[in-house]
Amino acid sequence: MTHLLDVQDLVVKFRLRSGDLTALNGINFTLNPGERMGLVGESGAGKSVAGFSIINLISKPGFIASGRVLFEGEEISAYPLEQMRDIRGNRISMIFQDPMMTLNPVLTIGTQMVETIMAHNKVSVTHAREIALEKLSKVYISSPGKRLGQYPHELSGGMRQRVVIAISLLTNPSLIIADEPTTALDVTIQAEVMALLLELCRDDNMGLILITHDLGVVSQVTEKIAVMYAGRIVEQGPTEAIVSAPRHPYTQGLIKALPQGGGGGGRLHQIPGMMPNLTSIPPGCAFHPRCEHAMDICRRETPQLFGDGQTPGLVACHLYAQTR
Amino acid sequence: MFAFIIRRVLQAIVVMLIISFIGFALKQNVGDPVRELTGISVSAAERDAIREKLGLNDPFLIQYGRFLKGAVLEGNIGQSFFYKKPAMEVIINKAPATLELVLVCSFLIVVLSIPMGIYSAIYPRRFMSRMIMGFSTIGVSVPIFLIAILLIYVFSIKLGWLPSYGRGQTVDVWGWESGLFTIDGLKHLLLPSTALTALMLPLFIRLIRSEMMEVLETEYVKFAWAKGLPRMRIWFVHAFKNTLLPVITVGGVQIGTMIAFTILTETVFQWGGLGFLFLEAVERADTSLLVAYLIFVGVIFVVVNTVVDIIYGLVNPMVRITGRK
Repeated sequence: MTHLLDVQDLVVKFRLRSGDLTALNGINFTLNPGERMGLVGESGAGKSVAGFSIINLISKPGFIASGRVLFEGEEISAYPLEQMRDIRGNRISMIFQDPMMTLNPVLTIGTQMVETIMAHNKVSVTHAREIALEKLSKVYISSPGKRLGQYPHELSGGMRQRVVIAISLLTNPSLIIADEPTTALDVTIQAEVMALLLELCRDDNMGLILITHDLGVVSQVTEKIAVMYAGRIVEQGPTEAIVSAPRHPYTQGLIKALPQGGGGGGRLHQIPGMMPNLTSIPPGCAFHPRCEHAMDICRRETPQLFGDGQTPGLVACHLYAQTR
Repeated sequence: MFAFIIRRVLQAIVVMLIISFIGFALKQNVGDPVRELTGISVSAAERDAIREKLGLNDPFLIQYGRFLKGAVLEGNIGQSFFYKKPAMEVIINKAPATLELVLVCSFLIVVLSIPMGIYSAIYPRRFMSRMIMGFSTIGVSVPIFLIAILLIYVFSIKLGWLPSYGRGQTVDVWGWESGLFTIDGLKHLLLPSTALTALMLPLFIRLIRSEMMEVLETEYVKFAWAKGLPRMRIWFVHAFKNTLLPVITVGGVQIGTMIAFTILTETVFQWGGLGFLFLEAVERADTSLLVAYLIFVGVIFVVVNTVVDIIYGLVNPMVRITGRK
């Protein structure tokens, strides 16, 4: 069976005057049709870059330096712009982080929906509006007919994100990439929007790549996880296995940093130090300066992802290499 | 929207009242109308009588009220000492020349700056963009009279293609003395409008370029790319419509500046318009004419800015909401 998405050794660099910066350093993962995956990590880990590089929409001066992205068996990373346009917003949709910024302030919701449909399908405006209405009701927006004539500033943040989700559904894509879709929303609305996204993906058997720093959200929605650190995947595998028994010290730290329900009162765990800047990634394992288990080898050799054949998933850490 | 327009018009009226007040105060404090009316062979007693008759001894505000009444009801804002005609009439006779110049320049600026600005924003590294930016730097830094004199030197004196001064042949179009409908008139218009455009164009190219570059970096433009829209639609609908907002604002103010720069242009090209008239009036201390010029330019300024605000409201949906407050 061909994978829905197959990312192979993807390297993304940013061309700067001082030389090229590596933002993604050889990323590999696959996604089956209807599968939901979480890309997790702190800000600057490269998870958004990974998401955008799938549809080759990395902000300048970023570019794909090597590696391939296969979508339904086609190598879309080699597509020229005009061919890529057929994929973007059509077969792969994106949901952006901040719904306040995502919608064009001077165009009505209707215009922004209809143009998307008409960019990919030969349909009349009337028919396009019907599709738009249908998708708006699918995301449970009240009086969808009225919304079509409204401007983004007339809607609340939660409603705008619903509109953005509706836009991503317009062309019935087989994959949705959601870049921190709930980060900019109120906590109460976050859960609603997340539940909606999950429901929609299940109903239409859509694949989902959920980019987030929130492991809690990921564990509720996704089937597998890739944890990123400084441009690399440091651990990946089934969500359940990783959340219940994280192996990489970084993943362990992230999970310990989650607030636990019930008890309360105690201080939250935090991982000491900060994610290194892309210009000064430490040699060896990029995480070693923050790692409490750091050994000599961690400072010298970059660990590769590997599986031990017993535990599901892969981890890139020398701790487990010893026991191999 | 209707309430918004009404509000803007009311504001415009307030601004006009303030301008007329300043104009009137100037007139009151510069020169003595009686001396200018009578000359030296009139006795002091007779002067006082004339003064009393003209109401010049009344309190300032009463005189201002009378001035305002005359201005609003009869369009009378005083007599030009030099032309011996109502100042407004003199102004209106000369206005077409200046307005045509400004109109042609505005047209040229809109037609040239938008494509050039957009092009150099989309392809900032291309050779053409660098050329456009280079020339606009020169345009910004060279004073207008230098451009004007250079144009005259090259096209009138050396090449002899175009006339160097005057308006040429004009036709009367419903009382509007226009040079736009004769070949000769257009030929005369070419150099002055080029000079004035060369001065204003770079500013607009740079403004459109920098605004457009900023807009192209926004999330909603990125989202438009992610939606797979055709790039023409992204550039001209998504990006340009947002670029327009600040450009419209600056454009409104710059039309006023352009009228001020017509003074220099018209002087160099002996263009018989308002700017030329204004300089003459200054030399002759024709205060009524100066006040009339001030008020006339004020009216144009206010009308243009009101129109600009209304257009802004049409482009920017958020203004319409606040307008209802």
